Amino acid sequence: MKRRTFILAGLGATGALMLGVGLLPPRQRLRGRRGLPTEGGQVALNGWVKVAPDGTVTIIVPKAEMGQGVLTAAAMILAEELEVDWTSVRVEDAPVDPIYNNLAVMVDGLPFHPDDTGRIKRTARWLTTKWMREFGFMVTGGSSSMTDLWGPMGDAGAMAREAFRAAAAAQWQVPAETCRVEGGAVRLNERRLGFGQLVGSVLEHLPKTWTRKDVSEYTIIGRPRARLDAASKADGTAVFGLDAAPADARYAAVALPPTLGATVAGYDAAAARALPGVRAVVPLAGGRFGHLPGVAIVADTWWHATRALDALAVQWTPGAGATFSSVSAAADLEARATRGDGFEFLKHGDLVAPFKRAAFSVEAFYGVPYLAHAAMEPVNCTVRVAPDGVDVWVGTQVPGVAVKAVAEVVGVEQEAVRLHQRLVGGAFGRRLIVDFVAMAAEIAKQVPGTAVQLLWSREQDMRHGVFRPMVRAKLIAALDGDGKLLALHSASAGQAMLKGWGRFLGDPMLANIPDKTTVEGLTDQPYAIPALRVIHDAVDLPVPVASWRSVGHSYTAFLLESFLDECAAVKQLDPVQYRLGLLADHPRAKAVLQLVADKAGWGTPLAPPAGGGRVGRGVALHWSYQAYVAQVIEVEVSPANALRVRRVVVAVDCGLVINPDGVRQQVESGVLYGLSAALHGEITFEGGAAVQGNFHDYPAVRFAASPVIETHLVLPGDAPPGGVGEVAVPGVAPAIANALFAAGAGRVRTLPIRLAPPEATT
Amino acid sequence: MITIQLNGEARTLDVPPEMPLLWAIRQVAHLHGTKFGCGISVCGACTVHVDGVPTRACVTSVSAVEGKAVTTIEGLADPVAAAVQTAWTALSVAQCGYCQSGQVMAATALLRANAAPSDADIDAAMDGNLCRCGAYPRIRAAIHDAARRLAGGAAPDAEAPAAAPAALGPSGPASGSARSATR
Repeated sequence: MKRRTFILAGLGATGALMLGVGLLPPRQRLRGRRGLPTEGGQVALNGWVKVAPDGTVTIIVPKAEMGQGVLTAAAMILAEELEVDWTSVRVEDAPVDPIYNNLAVMVDGLPFHPDDTGRIKRTARWLTTKWMREFGFMVTGGSSSMTDLWGPMGDAGAMAREAFRAAAAAQWQVPAETCRVEGGAVRLNERRLGFGQLVGSVLEHLPKTWTRKDVSEYTIIGRPRARLDAASKADGTAVFGLDAAPADARYAAVALPPTLGATVAGYDAAAARALPGVRAVVPLAGGRFGHLPGVAIVADTWWHATRALDALAVQWTPGAGATFSSVSAAADLEARATRGDGFEFLKHGDLVAPFKRAAFSVEAFYGVPYLAHAAMEPVNCTVRVAPDGVDVWVGTQVPGVAVKAVAEVVGVEQEAVRLHQRLVGGAFGRRLIVDFVAMAAEIAKQVPGTAVQLLWSREQDMRHGVFRPMVRAKLIAALDGDGKLLALHSASAGQAMLKGWGRFLGDPMLANIPDKTTVEGLTDQPYAIPALRVIHDAVDLPVPVASWRSVGHSYTAFLLESFLDECAAVKQLDPVQYRLGLLADHPRAKAVLQLVADKAGWGTPLAPPAGGGRVGRGVALHWSYQAYVAQVIEVEVSPANALRVRRVVVAVDCGLVINPDGVRQQVESGVLYGLSAALHGEITFEGGAAVQGNFHDYPAVRFAASPVIETHLVLPGDAPPGGVGEVAVPGVAPAIANALFAAGAGRVRTLPIRLAPPEATT
Repeated sequence: MITIQLNGEARTLDVPPEMPLLWAIRQVAHLHGTKFGCGISVCGACTVHVDGVPTRACVTSVSAVEGKAVTTIEGLADPVAAAVQTAWTALSVAQCGYCQSGQVMAATALLRANAAPSDADIDAAMDGNLCRCGAYPRIRAAIHDAARRLAGGAAPDAEAPAAAPAALGPSGPASGSARSATR
């Protein structure tokens, strides 16, 4: 297959910046600036693992646990190399330190095709790695955790293992290589020294070099492992951000702008302060971390605070977004996609001649709506500003950015901010933004000495979030007489998520480079399309946007995988065979597609629905976050045109699998998250305000509508670990749309999927 | 002052009678297992038992439960709840876990009323409890598993959750083909 390389025009500036830091010496990720805090005689072997005299191994995980199972999987990487008894493993959140900066997320985000192995890409990756190490930040996101932690946590475990081996060997006065390490102990013949017995001397034996285990030696990695957080989440003792407020905390509710861009004109503080339980009424200026202006009420309980909001009677000055309507904006996006305005992210092959000689041309418009994250835990953050420092209790995907925001808002040095990372009740990208952290700091600063917990109502969480952009796209293809794809052209329009990020981080560089996430999923797929052009018009609109689980892939897979089905349908070609024909030189993609077709019984007759109606099967294949995912979905359409998704079969190749049960769980999770979006998800704006506000008008899939999900893992020979947290989301909507087409229910080109009522029989 | 029986203990709370039970539990009694999700009784994260009946604490006033027995996740202590929590842990049901207190409360009430629920029974009992991470397939499996445990049947090993181990292919692509969940 012809290797395609494409580079952003904007990479020039970034590249120059990276070259500057490329001269810095390479740095390791094993030891932090400050040693890890220890207690009870623990020793810290490096920045990733501590061992106590009783043999308990505490593994440091610098990622937010928001459901994806990262605490368990990350611990498995280190425990495997350390040769430790799994039952002695505990996990602990990492402090904020550059060694925990996420190198993988930016490297994976570089605008190169995954198949590219060229020098420019290698150089850019190397430079980016160095840059992130020095100037980047801690991020849980981009399905990058396993890729990011595989190096340092494996190395940290291997280094610690060799230290214990050497410490025991010194005690026994034998060569280290004669000693075995297993089950949390060093052994030689009948002699045994547990790690706990070696804590007194092990630090004198830290090795300079070590080797990682071979895959064939693994006893922990690749075997299903129950989650370390499973029990505490079954008995209610797990501590989320909302549960972390100290007993003497006060609780804050806020009045937020009713329309986009509105600012406070006035309010009746005295009326609110007179109400029972109210302790303070404080103004919110808002600022550069995306924190909104408004008014906060601090009270004895959140209910007291919420109840007093009405009495505030806030008057608002409308802003520029006060008349924003998503219906009008959609029409503009459609016009832009039709004109083909925007930045050309990819162009290869001849885009002119094929359309002139095409036997068939296919053209389709697609549309996707704004989406809210709608995690179960509404955003919240607890802050106490005291003379000895600032404490922050929060679940965040970006702890370093949160510290920076609090320090800036309160007006202290970052060193004075103590961030206590807590479990996150779902994030899906929402907690990459620290607007609510900055807001909590702004409130707490005005009631010094008191811990204040800010909590948004569900309606505020849904209406004042950062949204997955609304997008319109026009795809055109030229086919030859056999229906074979000659050329494909995609023009889309919508807001750029990176620009949203830049807005929240106050980073103009992010705001001004072309955002490859707007077209990821179109430019980076394994298909050998002879000629391909991808453009996107990044439009400025007043709606805040940012990452939503699977980011650009969340809509590009719907465009491309629906459109390939439309192309196949021209000559009534089989959708699986049609895709396989474009994957001749791509064994990993081909393998997942063939496996899913096999397991789903592709091509075999489907049982008709019990109550009558139609049935169909649809397929989608998508690469994202270093993983290939193929899905076959079976749908039923009742005589009343009600859609039911009854079975989802998924094949996944995510590289080396750390915890197979964790991968399965994330596949189930991604499928159901994608299903909710495909069937129900839509935020609309009227008069500058989001219309939907709670789970009754922004519904999600519930228990009875949850389909059977079958997950099949493909295990490639030597691919490093890739992502899983987001990878099952993108293919769901197109696979359903394709299944509906197969069922004779028409072609769905707009999400969420709404089938028209059956035509009246006359 | 309102007195409720909270997890078997008489608690006198200095709160207005119309305060929702959820906030009295969380911010006055300082029990944090019961969660706030929607505030309008559509998500089930705040599910508690009032005289054994699953109840949405976010729309139930404190005065409405005066003198009644309120049980939160912290107060669950019977063989049914223990079987539910064991199954939940063995099958790694939770992801983010935020909705799981409510799910466990709903599942426990179901199994107390119906020792061997069918899939349709489970659908009916659990449909009001929303999960955004997609734990439904495992919740279903865990309820069946808890029912088996209570009936004295065999239960899966805690270290082999939900699905059979993946086959580590000897060469080329291989597949671990266990179904994650069935109905």
